[in-house]
Amino acid sequence: MLKKLRIILAAIFFIGITLLFVDFTGALKGYLGWMAKLQFLPALLAGNVVVVGLLLILTLFFGRIYCSVICPLGVMQDIFFAGGIKAKKNRCSYSPAKKILKYTVLVLFVVALVLGANALVAVIAPYSAYGRIAQSLLAPVYAWVNNIFAYFAERSESYAFYSTEVWIKGVSTLVVAIVTLLVLAVLAWRNGRTWCNTICPVGTVLGWFAKFSFFKPVIDTTKCVNCTKCGKNCKASCINTNNHTIDYSRCVACMDCLENCSVKAISYKWVGPKGGSVKPVSVDEVNAQRKACEVQSGNVDSSKREFIASAAAVAGGLAATMATPKLFAQDGALADVMPKEAPARNSRLVPAGSLSVKNFHSRCTSCQLCVSKCPNGVLRPSSELKSFMQPYMSYEKGYCRPECTNCADVCPAGAIKPITVEEKTSIKIGTAVVVAERCLEAGGKDHCGKCSRSCPAGAITMMHTVNGDETSPKIPVVDENKCIGCGKCENLCPVRPLSAIYVEGLDIHRTI
Amino acid sequence: MKTNIDLNRRSFLKAAGALGTAGVVAAALPGCGEKAAEENADFAQEALGEVPTEGMQYRHFDNLEGVNASLLGYGCMRWPWRTNEQGENTELDQEEINALVDYAIAHGVNYFDTAPKYLKGLSEEATGIALARYPRESFYLATKLSNYHKDDSLQEGKDMLMRSLKRLQTSYVDFLLCHSISNSEGFIKRFIDNGLLDWLCEQRTKGVIRHLGFSFHGDEEAWKLLMEYHEKVHWDFVQIQMNYVDWEYPSEESMTSKRLYEDLAARNIPVVIMEPLLGGRLSNVPDFLAQQLRAQRPTQSVASWAFRFCGSFPQILTVLSGMTYMDHLQDNLRTYNSFEALTEEEFKLLDEVAKVYSGYPIVPCTDCKYCMPCPYGLDIPGIFAHYNKCVNAGNVVSSKADEGYAKARRAFLVGYERAVPSVRQADHCITCGLCMTKCPQKINIPKRMRDIDAYVEKLKQGLEL
Repeated sequence: MLKKLRIILAAIFFIGITLLFVDFTGALKGYLGWMAKLQFLPALLAGNVVVVGLLLILTLFFGRIYCSVICPLGVMQDIFFAGGIKAKKNRCSYSPAKKILKYTVLVLFVVALVLGANALVAVIAPYSAYGRIAQSLLAPVYAWVNNIFAYFAERSESYAFYSTEVWIKGVSTLVVAIVTLLVLAVLAWRNGRTWCNTICPVGTVLGWFAKFSFFKPVIDTTKCVNCTKCGKNCKASCINTNNHTIDYSRCVACMDCLENCSVKAISYKWVGPKGGSVKPVSVDEVNAQRKACEVQSGNVDSSKREFIASAAAVAGGLAATMATPKLFAQDGALADVMPKEAPARNSRLVPAGSLSVKNFHSRCTSCQLCVSKCPNGVLRPSSELKSFMQPYMSYEKGYCRPECTNCADVCPAGAIKPITVEEKTSIKIGTAVVVAERCLEAGGKDHCGKCSRSCPAGAITMMHTVNGDETSPKIPVVDENKCIGCGKCENLCPVRPLSAIYVEGLDIHRTI
Repeated sequence: MKTNIDLNRRSFLKAAGALGTAGVVAAALPGCGEKAAEENADFAQEALGEVPTEGMQYRHFDNLEGVNASLLGYGCMRWPWRTNEQGENTELDQEEINALVDYAIAHGVNYFDTAPKYLKGLSEEATGIALARYPRESFYLATKLSNYHKDDSLQEGKDMLMRSLKRLQTSYVDFLLCHSISNSEGFIKRFIDNGLLDWLCEQRTKGVIRHLGFSFHGDEEAWKLLMEYHEKVHWDFVQIQMNYVDWEYPSEESMTSKRLYEDLAARNIPVVIMEPLLGGRLSNVPDFLAQQLRAQRPTQSVASWAFRFCGSFPQILTVLSGMTYMDHLQDNLRTYNSFEALTEEEFKLLDEVAKVYSGYPIVPCTDCKYCMPCPYGLDIPGIFAHYNKCVNAGNVVSSKADEGYAKARRAFLVGYERAVPSVRQADHCITCGLCMTKCPQKINIPKRMRDIDAYVEKLKQGLEL
């Protein structure tokens, strides 16, 4: 019963968060955004006292429910584990806690957080790790399926679906996502929650609280027949069947053991703030009853391994490259349009609401939720070590449109604070700079003035290169007090592949 | 220069109208009783009636010796493309073109009009391949001197005609046109100063060119100049844009078709009509206008009205239609192989329709693609086609408070992405103005682009329109 409840709740969270990540329309963020905001580490970084408090209280009462219900990476591992345990029953065994390892990782993690070494933080933060998998590997599949629908919708004059471009937003992030998925798939398939109980810093912290939780699964030694089935199927390897104890710091409250016990010797019950009196009971004491329970061994069903193979296939499919259109340049034809290239910006561009690059850098856990929600192809994860996998902005595919606040709406970590559309128009995140040598107008190659006409802030004026000489060519001049760095000028500049005007990021954003 | 059709327009209409009434009854009730047994017949054919193989009207003018042109002429500017795996149009669908030509000829069409610049320069060759399968004297071939870009030297003019002959697999053309005269300076530069017109007249004497004319998209000044030149070079025919909208309500700064037609009729110059459908736009007029036409003649297409309008004038040699698909061809053959001129009432109705239509915010683009390629990659005709489609479907709204705003907004924006890739949309126009010199419809393309982009921006931002 409790196991079923756990599975239902976990499914709701897992599907909800996955949908939140793969939905490129932004339509679901209003309904599902709270699921991301409930994630422990992002909430902690966002300084969200309410959520962190709630999660800690939840853990203190019920154990690590968070790990088996709310955390998508945990649920994902449970799915792999379910495959593993079906293939081969009784594959687990109790192992002592790797305390040194897990506390070392926790300390390193905290140090990394404080020092701002976000690459390490990002790689092992659980929710972010799942976010990357969903955004890099599942979102493309979702988009392709959507595009198939859109294909047919287009042919039946329906506007219910529209197609979306699938592109590799960051190679290193994709690689990290694939590696994470493969490592976790193998670990979870074989041993369940190894990752959660040795590496995951959130698991370590919550585990410490769970030790004192008021509700716990407890083995009733008067009923136990020492069949060891619970321990052999425990995904957390935390049931010591020899002395009938459970390591509650590692138990993820999955309730599997309750169902596995054929004599109902394990129950999830109130033990109170004192933690109850779970004292070790040796095997010999119940040895007499032990033989009553047969140990059953399941058959290995190797075909289930296809599950992993299919996951790998998804990754392989992503190798699709962007084809640039080859077109005739003859009369009546479409001229070739070279794709734009990103300029080498001196400082990073981060979205309005980030307050500063520093704030963004210190809070972002690289979950990629904002990347998956950016409708303009502006946000993509970085490959630089300093800001590894953290999103940054660039304007080759689109610019930061005035009506969109998607990234600020969804960021669960407070790296991008919520802003309104009105506020956004006055938040300066960067300044446009002109590269005169490339400019059509300044070079006398064509009459243009595109940047000046299209600037939503009215920050760009075309001025003569020689003061007072009406015949001299014009050049765009940027009023840095008006420019907010939205990138419309850069994106629409006809010069390709590198635009003649581009935006330099601002380390500290300000309101103009 | 006397034509064998010396009916004036009014009496011509009367005569045709009387025939027409009888024709409608006959056409509307095909096989009501006797065909009931033929249940297995093709439903579409049964509903629409067979495409008549006979009955094409042929026009002859005394000054065009030996010419008996079918009233429906084939415009070879819109042959079907074959789309490759990348979704690009890199070659024409020759098989389909051959089938269209076969069908057209079998149903009485004998006038084919192409140009070196059509279809990215592939039209002449494809047309030549299709027609080479017929005896040369069984059809009339028209092509043009499209020396309006870059090189307008005499040598290039000569070479261009020779290249055309080679691609068309022939030693002569029946009709040669100075292509797309848009202003007097251009005409003088392209044909007079370089001596090209004299050379063309020479070729006419030699028989390489059987009949010499020009196609016109120009202003009043150019028109006057060309009419003056008639005295010198003697235009055998002239090709003009004519349809029931342009007749009195032309778009932008263009001259009325009425004025052009009457000037030519006064000089007894046979007229070839182009853009009878305005690039297909008159087959897709806003719904309530289409309903008015359908109410009159429920069994006939909206396009048929435009074709009947053109065919109703006596000075017309042929009406060119760029038929991409078999159903276009069949529909036009239904119109012309049992041709009925418009009645006086129908002329009035079309005048009403034209008046309303010309007030619509439709961009008068005919998808001729002369403006292309836009050096900055815009798909100009694609953007206009999408915009017009939305205007016709009522998906261009004037206020956020309008009923159906949300639906119209989605249809416009989603449809826009489908019709035109982002990098080719209106917001990428830098108003360089190159296209404006090329547009035969004199559309102020940069301004239209700015307007469409402003509309899109307002939709995207959800601002009041």
